[in-house]
Amino acid sequence: MSVQPLPIGGLGIDAINRPHIDTSAKRADIARSENPSPSSDGEILKIDSVTRTYTDAEGNTVEALRDVSLSVKRGEFVSIIGSSGCGKTTLLRMIAGLDAPESGELVLNGERIARPSQKLGYVFQQGSLFPWQTVEQNISAGLKARGVYKERKADVKTYIELIGLTGFEKSFPHQISGGMAQRVAIARALINNPAVLLLDEPMGALDSLTRADIQCKLLELWKKRNTTMVLVTHDVDEAIFLSDRIVIMTPRPGKIQGFISVKIPHPRHRGGIEFLSIRRDILEVLHLARANPAPEYMI
Amino acid sequence: MNLRKKSGGAALVFSGSAANKTVSNAKFIWMMAASVAGFLLALLANAFFPQAAHSAAFKEYTALGVTLDMNGAYRLTLALLIALYAGGGIFAYFAPSGRAKYAKRAAFLFALGAALALWDIFGTKLSLLPQPFFPGPAKIIESFLIEGGYIWQNTLYSLRLFAVGFLAGVAFGIGTGILIGWFPKAYYWVYPVLKTTGVIPAVAWMPFALTLFPTPFSAAAFLIIICVWFPVASLTAAGISGTPKTYFEAARTLGAKTPYLVFRVAIPHAMPNIFTGISTATAFAFTTLVIAEMMGQPGGLGYYINASKVWSAYYKVFAAIVVMAILFSVIMRALELVRGRVLRWQKGMVKS
Ligand SMILES: Nc1ncnc2c1ncn2[C@@H]1O[C@H](COP(=O)(O)OP(=O)(O)OP(=O)(O)O)[C@@H](O)[C@H]1O
Ligand SMILES: [Mg+2]
Repeated sequence: MSVQPLPIGGLGIDAINRPHIDTSAKRADIARSENPSPSSDGEILKIDSVTRTYTDAEGNTVEALRDVSLSVKRGEFVSIIGSSGCGKTTLLRMIAGLDAPESGELVLNGERIARPSQKLGYVFQQGSLFPWQTVEQNISAGLKARGVYKERKADVKTYIELIGLTGFEKSFPHQISGGMAQRVAIARALINNPAVLLLDEPMGALDSLTRADIQCKLLELWKKRNTTMVLVTHDVDEAIFLSDRIVIMTPRPGKIQGFISVKIPHPRHRGGIEFLSIRRDILEVLHLARANPAPEYMI
Repeated sequence: MNLRKKSGGAALVFSGSAANKTVSNAKFIWMMAASVAGFLLALLANAFFPQAAHSAAFKEYTALGVTLDMNGAYRLTLALLIALYAGGGIFAYFAPSGRAKYAKRAAFLFALGAALALWDIFGTKLSLLPQPFFPGPAKIIESFLIEGGYIWQNTLYSLRLFAVGFLAGVAFGIGTGILIGWFPKAYYWVYPVLKTTGVIPAVAWMPFALTLFPTPFSAAAFLIIICVWFPVASLTAAGISGTPKTYFEAARTLGAKTPYLVFRVAIPHAMPNIFTGISTATAFAFTTLVIAEMMGQPGGLGYYINASKVWSAYYKVFAAIVVMAILFSVIMRALELVRGRVLRWQKGMVKS
């Protein structure tokens, strides 16, 4: 695997004329030391030189993540984008406390993340709703698990309204559409008031119309609740449409290549000039802009 | 929005499928007639077919101020069946959803009635079947005239024994299954024992059970417990350990601790399996119940069969078998209802 020479800004594009590109990330491999994180006072989540290797069935080791550092500000919407297999899920699972890093540290609000908790909400790609529970029961699962259901019972209805599922309270997951199910999964995590909501390609399995619909819902919820969001996605447009900051990762070993800030005010127009220019840059970085992308960057 | 339409769409589909199954009024009345015609035929056959080779009049019994011989009791039974199905038909007539189901049964009921008529003619009227091994239907019903109360007592004994053994076995089986499915240590130590002892038919333990337990009742209950325990425990364990990791992870990110993971994630996931285990266990339990009763109980339908056989009263044996058929069907049906209720969430998700 070769890291291509990156002339300016570490991103292989002319960053001087593109103020949204974070020039402090000079090269992918030094992004860590010069993490363009917001000043530490607003920081809610800190990922500090995290490394993780897996051993596959044949005994080969796969370096899923090498020396990844990232800082997320309170209320920020961060997207992680990168080709398949570059360790996005691995990273998100470690943030959630579902996996432990080999070295490095993950810190939430000054506290080391050691195990999963309701503070770190997680929305899986699909199929994580409990099939034996109704929509209503799924949404109240966290409240019940923590023994606060009685006090907060009224919130369940609010959230069902918020995600537009009124009338489907008593439906079971297999009786609703995939898009509806993902909205339930988002509500189920949000009702716990997590400090950070982690979303692992929550719309990956959905068609583009449903996806746009949920993106708007997600933005609406984010603005209303001001929850910090970390979204893993394959979809460049989705990342630009939603995030304050986009993290670009490269595979084998999984590393952060750079950051892109998106300063377009909401609501964003998917066809706007700034939008398209950022889009072009990202595609450029991912080597997808031209007709034949290098195979290892295929998404 | 498009979501709103969903219920409308569902209603459409429903009315569509109902339309396919709707039985027209005229056809339904035919079906009702067919349902009762067989029994009516049997009744007429019994009333008017001449009795051959039986000079003496049949013995008469008086109960609740009514005096009946066996043919009278048989005809009364047929009349009750006719009333039941006619009533059911009238009820279904006004409940369109029940019509198709009722109509589907008509042919079978007609055949059943016709078969009773033939059996009555060849068994009782013409006495062509070898006696006393194959009594006619009226003769079987005579058992209830002779000792209905005693049969009832034995039925209650069986029911009590079944209930105790079955419920304890299910509880014990689910408990063991959870332990094996959840704790690797329990799996290591208990599973081999379960696997090897579980395949032994429970009645093989009879000699031990009879000496170890203070009463025959508790010995038989023990046998039922172990025969229910095995399938329920192994299927519960499989259901628990087969729970997809994602469900546990999702629950943990929602703040769930171990009790929630066991009781609200693993056990609900294992429920379909548990019910499969229970229905297997039910069949085992019926067998064990009857064999245990035949081998050393002071009561029960199995005991009654044995006791009647000694006197060559085969018609009583048949009577006990009829009672068993009804009793066990009712138990199976009740379990099915519980299953349908508990696994409501699976409806439409899995085949059947
Ligand atoms: N449990 C595991 N055992 C072995 N290898 C693993 C395991 N999980 C992940 N890997 C490896 O780690 C690398 C990163 O995987 P990860 O799932 O994090 O990728 P990803 O960026 O989420 O990909 P995608 O976009 O396709 O979901 C992959 O090469 C994968 O093969
Ligand atoms: Mg992934």
